[in-house]
Amino acid sequence: MRRLGPRVEEKAARVGLWALTLITVGVLVFIIFFIMRRGLPVLSLEFLTANPADMGKTGGIFSTIVGTVALTVLAIVIAAPLGVGTAIYLTEYTWGGPVTRVIRFGAECLAGIPSIIFGLFGFILFVTKLKFGWSILSGGLTLAFMLLPTIIRTSEEAIKSVPASYRSVSFSLGSTKWQTVTRVVLPTALPGIVTGVVLSIGRSIGETAATIFTAGSALRMPTSLFSSSRTMSVHFYILAREGISMPNAYGTAAILIIAILGINLLTYFIMNRFIKKYS
Amino acid sequence: MAPQAKSGGGNRLERNDRLVRLALLVVAFSAVSVLLVITVFIVGQGTPIMFRYGLKSFLTGSAWYPSEKLFGLWPMIVGSLAVTAGALVIGVPLGLSCAIVLTEFSSKRVRGFIKPIVELLAGIPSVVYGFMGVIILVPFIRETFGGPGLSVLAASVILGIMILPTIISISVDSLQAVPPSYREGSIALGATRWQTVKMVLFPAARSGIIASIILGMGRAVGETMATIMVAGNAAEVPRSLLAPVRTLTSNIALEMSYATGEHREALFATGVVLFVIIMVLNTIANATSAKRRKQP
Repeated sequence: MRRLGPRVEEKAARVGLWALTLITVGVLVFIIFFIMRRGLPVLSLEFLTANPADMGKTGGIFSTIVGTVALTVLAIVIAAPLGVGTAIYLTEYTWGGPVTRVIRFGAECLAGIPSIIFGLFGFILFVTKLKFGWSILSGGLTLAFMLLPTIIRTSEEAIKSVPASYRSVSFSLGSTKWQTVTRVVLPTALPGIVTGVVLSIGRSIGETAATIFTAGSALRMPTSLFSSSRTMSVHFYILAREGISMPNAYGTAAILIIAILGINLLTYFIMNRFIKKYS
Repeated sequence: MAPQAKSGGGNRLERNDRLVRLALLVVAFSAVSVLLVITVFIVGQGTPIMFRYGLKSFLTGSAWYPSEKLFGLWPMIVGSLAVTAGALVIGVPLGLSCAIVLTEFSSKRVRGFIKPIVELLAGIPSVVYGFMGVIILVPFIRETFGGPGLSVLAASVILGIMILPTIISISVDSLQAVPPSYREGSIALGATRWQTVKMVLFPAARSGIIASIILGMGRAVGETMATIMVAGNAAEVPRSLLAPVRTLTSNIALEMSYATGEHREALFATGVVLFVIIMVLNTIANATSAKRRKQP
């Protein structure tokens, strides 16, 4: 076989690489159009505000929206302070050393653990051992553990990007470490931290494996932290897998995609403002 | 009295600072403690049954009939490995091409269009991927290649797409981390862009790219809902690409809701096997990217 000339090879490589890239882009665009074309016609104010009836065959998805929001809020309320606190400690209070390495290693390992393992763990600890039952509390705690590494990593990056001179000025004015952190570093890093939190919200909305075994799949409207509740993702999974109602499944999927699109747009918006401020 | 009160105030601030430092240290160990608690619970629940029935029969037994106390995980181990390998075959070429195009062969405007799309790909819930698989891919495979459609092939394609964001984002980071002087030097010597990518950038970014592939593997091994929906879930070693397959994750998720007693313990044992695989992958990925950080 004769070797290709460099110019021919360059052309071939460009065409091949672009073709594969366009496949990736095409897959995403296709998924979104496919779901939207079938899901958008189902959407109406009633679909959003009515509770599911007849196992989800008819009615809307209101209680699953409430369940999703409740779980997500609880998870973020727990994970955000822990995650941001960890990030502050890692960036402002230590410089390398074994403690930092252990903490980083722990966070990285936690990030790699599959959601079904979180589900198993939440089931055995919160649902059975602590007797919270299938509930928003069990699901929220499990999700919080899952989100923790994401929030740590994004907050750490945001805090690291605050210019060192800001800290020097604050110290030279006589402030303590904590004053510097709360009045100078955190306000500056806030957009980056918020982006991380918003991305975690997206992750918890889309999660199924960890929530189905901890929050359960009750269709009733949740009334307290101890009621079992079905999230939108779980609802979609059950509707589609058991073939209960395809139109309602598409409608739920459309809402999920819209939520994820909204969240991505929001993070983009926040990040762009953040970047503009520093360049 | 007054000066003392003032210095007392100073001390209070310093004491506060020490307290804050202590509190933050405790908080900082939250992730590590969560990891420890999870390990203790999964291993504690899952290992007794493995030793009761013998580790060997658990890992290499090919019969999974929980009602008859037969707990062989071999089909699921093979299943997980098969769909993960398949996912890499699909995901690595697509992901690396996309990463190279994003860093080397596209204008800023095109990048601004493709990057958000890749991020969106990461945000789409796994159940939606699984659903697309069931509605489009599975019937396509059934009609084109025969068999039930729910298969190793279907799971590989869906997982291959799902690991794209992981591979792309980490590879892009490591390609961008290559010092610009490498690229400039190569171009100055008269190399084409592709030659530069092939001979300079790729070798320089190798450890990061390997880490991205290993982390992608971790995602494929760990994915549950999408796999359940498209893989067919028969608990036997798949004989071909078109045969149904059950992974370790699916095994847990499919039977967890009704399992009791030893059956439930066996599912936790499945979790232990999965956990060990993931930890090994994480450690390798960590080690390779640590090596990258040490490089000048």
